[in-house]
Amino acid sequence: MRLPPFRYLAPRRPEEAARMLADHGPEAMPVAGGTDLYPNMKRRQFEPRVLVGLRALAGVRALSGSPQSGVEIGGLLTLTELTEANLLRSAYPAIARAAGLVSSPILRNMGTIGGNLCIDTRCNYYNQSFEWREAIHFCMKKDGETCWVAPGGSRCWAISSSDTAPVFMALEAEVTLVGPEGERRIPVRDLYKTDGIDYLAKRHDEILTKIHVPPTDGIRATYLKLRRRGSIDFPILGVAASLRMASNRTVEKAHIVLTAVESAPVEAKEAERMLVGQELTGEVIRAAADAAYRPARPLDNTDLTHAYRKKMARIFVARALEELSMGAGSQE
Amino acid sequence: MSERVLLHLRVNGEPVEVAAPVHKTLLEVLREELRLTGTKHGCELGECGTCTVLVDGGPVLSCLTLPIELEGREVVTVEGMSHQSTPHPLQIAFAEIGAAQCGYCTPGILLAAKSFLDRNPRPSRLEIQEALAGNLCRCTGYLQILQAVELAAGRMSKELGSPGE
Amino acid sequence: MAVATKIGVKPRVKAPSPPKPASEQTLHIIGQPLPKVDAMAKVCGETVFVDDLSLPRMLYCKIKRSPHPHARILKVDTTGAQRLPGVVATLVGWELPIPFGILPVSQDEHALAIEKARFVGDPVAAVAAVDEETAELALRHIDVTYQVLRPIMSIEEALEEEEVRVHDYGPRGNIHKTVSLQFGDLEEGFREADHVREDTFFFEGNTHLPMEQHAAVASYGADGKMTLWSSTQTPHYVHRALAKVLEMPASHIRVIACPNGGGFGGKSDPFNHEMVVAKLSMKTRRPVKVTLTREEVFYCHRGRHPAKMWIKTGVKRDGAITAMHFRSFLDGGAYGSYGVASLYYSGALQTVTYRVPRYRFEGVRVFTNKPPCGPKRGHGTPQPRFAIECHLDKIAEELGMDPLELRLRHLVEPFSVTVNQMRLRTVGLKECLERVARRSGFPEKHGRLHQGVGIGLAASAYISGAGLPIYWNDLPHSGVQLKLDRGGGVTAFCGSTDIGQGSDSVLAYVVAEELGVEVSDIRVVTADTDLTPVDLGSYSSRVTLMMGNAAIEAARRLKPLILNEVSREIGVPAERLRMAHRRVFDARHPDKGMSFSEAVVLTEAKHGTLGSTGSYRPPPSPARYKGSGVGPSPTYSYSACVVELQVDRDTGRITIDKIWIAHDLGKAINPLLAIGQIEGSVYMGLGEALMEEQVFRLGAHKSPSLLEYKSPTFLEMPPVEAILVETLDPEGPYGAKECGQGPLLPVIPALVNAIYDAIGVRIDEVPVTPAKILQALEGRLRAPEVPSFTFPEPLRVPPLSPIEGATI
Repeated sequence: MRLPPFRYLAPRRPEEAARMLADHGPEAMPVAGGTDLYPNMKRRQFEPRVLVGLRALAGVRALSGSPQSGVEIGGLLTLTELTEANLLRSAYPAIARAAGLVSSPILRNMGTIGGNLCIDTRCNYYNQSFEWREAIHFCMKKDGETCWVAPGGSRCWAISSSDTAPVFMALEAEVTLVGPEGERRIPVRDLYKTDGIDYLAKRHDEILTKIHVPPTDGIRATYLKLRRRGSIDFPILGVAASLRMASNRTVEKAHIVLTAVESAPVEAKEAERMLVGQELTGEVIRAAADAAYRPARPLDNTDLTHAYRKKMARIFVARALEELSMGAGSQE
Repeated sequence: MSERVLLHLRVNGEPVEVAAPVHKTLLEVLREELRLTGTKHGCELGECGTCTVLVDGGPVLSCLTLPIELEGREVVTVEGMSHQSTPHPLQIAFAEIGAAQCGYCTPGILLAAKSFLDRNPRPSRLEIQEALAGNLCRCTGYLQILQAVELAAGRMSKELGSPGE
Repeated sequence: MAVATKIGVKPRVKAPSPPKPASEQTLHIIGQPLPKVDAMAKVCGETVFVDDLSLPRMLYCKIKRSPHPHARILKVDTTGAQRLPGVVATLVGWELPIPFGILPVSQDEHALAIEKARFVGDPVAAVAAVDEETAELALRHIDVTYQVLRPIMSIEEALEEEEVRVHDYGPRGNIHKTVSLQFGDLEEGFREADHVREDTFFFEGNTHLPMEQHAAVASYGADGKMTLWSSTQTPHYVHRALAKVLEMPASHIRVIACPNGGGFGGKSDPFNHEMVVAKLSMKTRRPVKVTLTREEVFYCHRGRHPAKMWIKTGVKRDGAITAMHFRSFLDGGAYGSYGVASLYYSGALQTVTYRVPRYRFEGVRVFTNKPPCGPKRGHGTPQPRFAIECHLDKIAEELGMDPLELRLRHLVEPFSVTVNQMRLRTVGLKECLERVARRSGFPEKHGRLHQGVGIGLAASAYISGAGLPIYWNDLPHSGVQLKLDRGGGVTAFCGSTDIGQGSDSVLAYVVAEELGVEVSDIRVVTADTDLTPVDLGSYSSRVTLMMGNAAIEAARRLKPLILNEVSREIGVPAERLRMAHRRVFDARHPDKGMSFSEAVVLTEAKHGTLGSTGSYRPPPSPARYKGSGVGPSPTYSYSACVVELQVDRDTGRITIDKIWIAHDLGKAINPLLAIGQIEGSVYMGLGEALMEEQVFRLGAHKSPSLLEYKSPTFLEMPPVEAILVETLDPEGPYGAKECGQGPLLPVIPALVNAIYDAIGVRIDEVPVTPAKILQALEGRLRAPEVPSFTFPEPLRVPPLSPIEGATI
């Protein structure tokens, strides 16, 4: 399978990259590691005439900060670099873990954290070759009318498949987006929209340059991933959880975020509310897991059955909370 | 149909100039332009690890890499694993243990293993399994590959440890 | 450097200590854990696979495939493609009107579909262009007008639907073939039984997934001759099919099988793309290459048939089987392929492990609008083996018997003939069972492990080469030709095809052993229909046994010439001479003799150019009934497997702790390669048991990719203890039987039996997904349903007379 032809631009600064994207409009796309975009281009899910290569950008490859002040993660850092960074392993182990669970070692050596946060939504009616999609008369996300996952409906149900997004959301991280007119900073939770096609709040001409993670501040966090094999596979369910415990052993603050069950990561708000003020007993965990799995609505568009994935949402939330209740995932 | 660009690469220690369309992947340039057909392909979509080569010592999938992004970087393929006429200890161990059955996934696995052992010369079996988990093999069931990597690692660290080498 | 670095250096690894051979012959090479002859080339990236070939002026071919599972082709218009710069030729179905197919009884494929497309991915047109990009672009400029027909997507639909037919041959509707055979008085057997049990099972389809995608290069020369290089396991059958389809004399066609980057049965059929590039090369007078994409490999398929099965067995209180009745329903996909053989195989080997005195087999294969199924490692037998071994475990439990005991008590006898007239030779199953049981601690652990932890056992048997060729003839199944060189080198020619299993190496080992030279002195030339004698191909686990026997014969025809000359020269009787270590010498006074090359020179001076041939044809089978062409083999291999695992009751996920497998391979020609075959079989069995499945949705393959078709990674492979059991079979070279397919068979049922031991619920279908485990634990997993279908009256096969059974 071969890539369609394109022009390749290699800007040096983020603003320059943004300007190029703006100038070329929808015909241009940014590319960093290429591990998501190039397969999609080979399958003709995208046929950009211009690629704006981000590899040579200055100033977006650094990891800095401390547990006390929070850290800044350059968007071009590879997932391997995140997995191996001592600062993250010791202070923010959930980030290192989630990054280390993405695909396979080789892909992690190529793919960037910025790319993982912006990864295209996935669906097994969509991540197929042109000829395959032609055989089913295409789908709403590309070249067609129907969403085969929910044929009666009016939206696309391709699923958010980032392993790291739910962790950054659970840690209340923010991202810097650099556009042709300047930069802005938004919470990671606001980066995503619940639509399989229009899934990012990042504008087409913006570049994700940095991720800002707040000080650890006593937060514990973890990430659990469901997939068929121990490597290569995308998440078919992911659960990120973060907690801060008060001195009286009750939960002071909690986040539970599910991935790969919707077109955006899903925050289990009700479960979060139920946890606050409670001690993490088995009963409380069970109740929170019950509440967290209810809003999860996995559909039949990835590996394993959606009924099973839904069932697993409860189990995985409970296991994440149990892990945290036993002191794992503490950020020092 | 599309413009060729002149690429300046370093492949297996030698400078190479090649004119190729910018959208040709490293896999295609290696195999079709440079005739380095030791690099194989199993899916061309980044799903199997077969086309793994090393860039600056780290494993990358050549099917998802653009040569234009490699200016000034060092590419190593299976043809470049041997030191002059001496095969790499991994190659010898793979041959001895029967780790290559059909041999099609072998170049990619050898390079992934080389990159891993260069960073982690005394790995546990689980660490090897994790490091190679992006490379599929359908013949061996992986066990003789693991044995071969362990054998090579043992020989290489012995070699490192012996004075005068 | 401290490490050994010479190419071809002998390994220092410890061999898994095979027993000393019982034959008088002292073996120097056979039985040693040597590296493969092509090992260094493979690890250096020097092995030339088909896609590595590049010829001057070569064109690239791409194939246009049907987007409909079932459609009438009204018009194929390639003018748009022809107008595209860089397109040199196009090809449509009517240009190759002659059908082909691997079996003479199912010549139902065309190089490009003419009237009908029968599955999503069925080839309908092709282009040859100056590069692959142009060829791919050109496909979008080919217009095909279809009349869409109702697709047939399941066994049930195929059996019910009479009007809409995938093919217009077969007994009726979408039935491709039915079989109904009976051996002995079944009713009497069930009456005699103390206990009768019935079960149903389902085995989902799956595919071979060799890492190398199929590829072919055709070059039609100015001399009017065709050369085709292909990634095929069966160059001889491709040769025949090409001659037929191209309407060319076979003598003008040369087929060369490059080393296959994995096959597993998936490259055993003649394929559309081979015919297409050959024809395009004729049209353009230029070499033409095609390399399939991974998705197209899924459309070639020929993999495991989805199988629904029903089994009924009567047993005495001690587990002795009194009668067995087996039914299989196979989803064949869109074409015949090996399907008739697959169907017979699904009923043939039930009888070769345990004594079955009365047996009835009924089977039906249907056509559906999916890629065709065919032979995958274990051809037709993993599905019934899964059924039988799980069924027997249930029976053992009902009888209150240990499952190991039940199996051990009722094993077939070596050198006996089964009720369906399969002639057995050595049977090492008892030793296989005892050794895996001992090593795993099965007797102590079974039924006694913690909740969630389980251990399971299964046994199996497999053919060691098919007794009959694909097309009826009296010719050898394998031929070997030797040529001796004055320098002491030997060239061995054989049509056999190395698909990674090491057949080139086996050829070199056997010839080196026989002529007393080193393996490195042998040059092998294989899989080239112009240069090498016919070997039928790398399928049915036939190569080691048949090519090995042919090689021995060829070498033993040369030996007397050499020994007589040396005898005359040094004055030692020929029978006292030995050939070893590149010397011919007096066994009593080993110093007395000469080098092998000196002996060759001496012999050549006397006899002229030195060469010889040897060939092998399996012994005739005692079975003579209609349908007895499938199942007979020169001998059978045996395997036993124990799996220990854990089941997470919350998630349904399975973790395998360890697998023990013992395999009776007669004699390990090379224990290192034998273990590689066994471990690879275990791996493939695990994939089938746990995750691999080929399923369809909206008429299309659901997941034709290496990402979504789940093939186990390094992390899913558990430790395996492989035990070689050597029974020195009289039919095999040095006593060898097969070891490349058989060891897959017991893995799947052993695993499923272990799940039952762990959590107390039965999963009667594979793959066993986590979701099925949870459904079973919740009591919601229904037993697989088999279609209601009236099989034809069985052919009642009379028993062999004692003389027929004993003398053949």
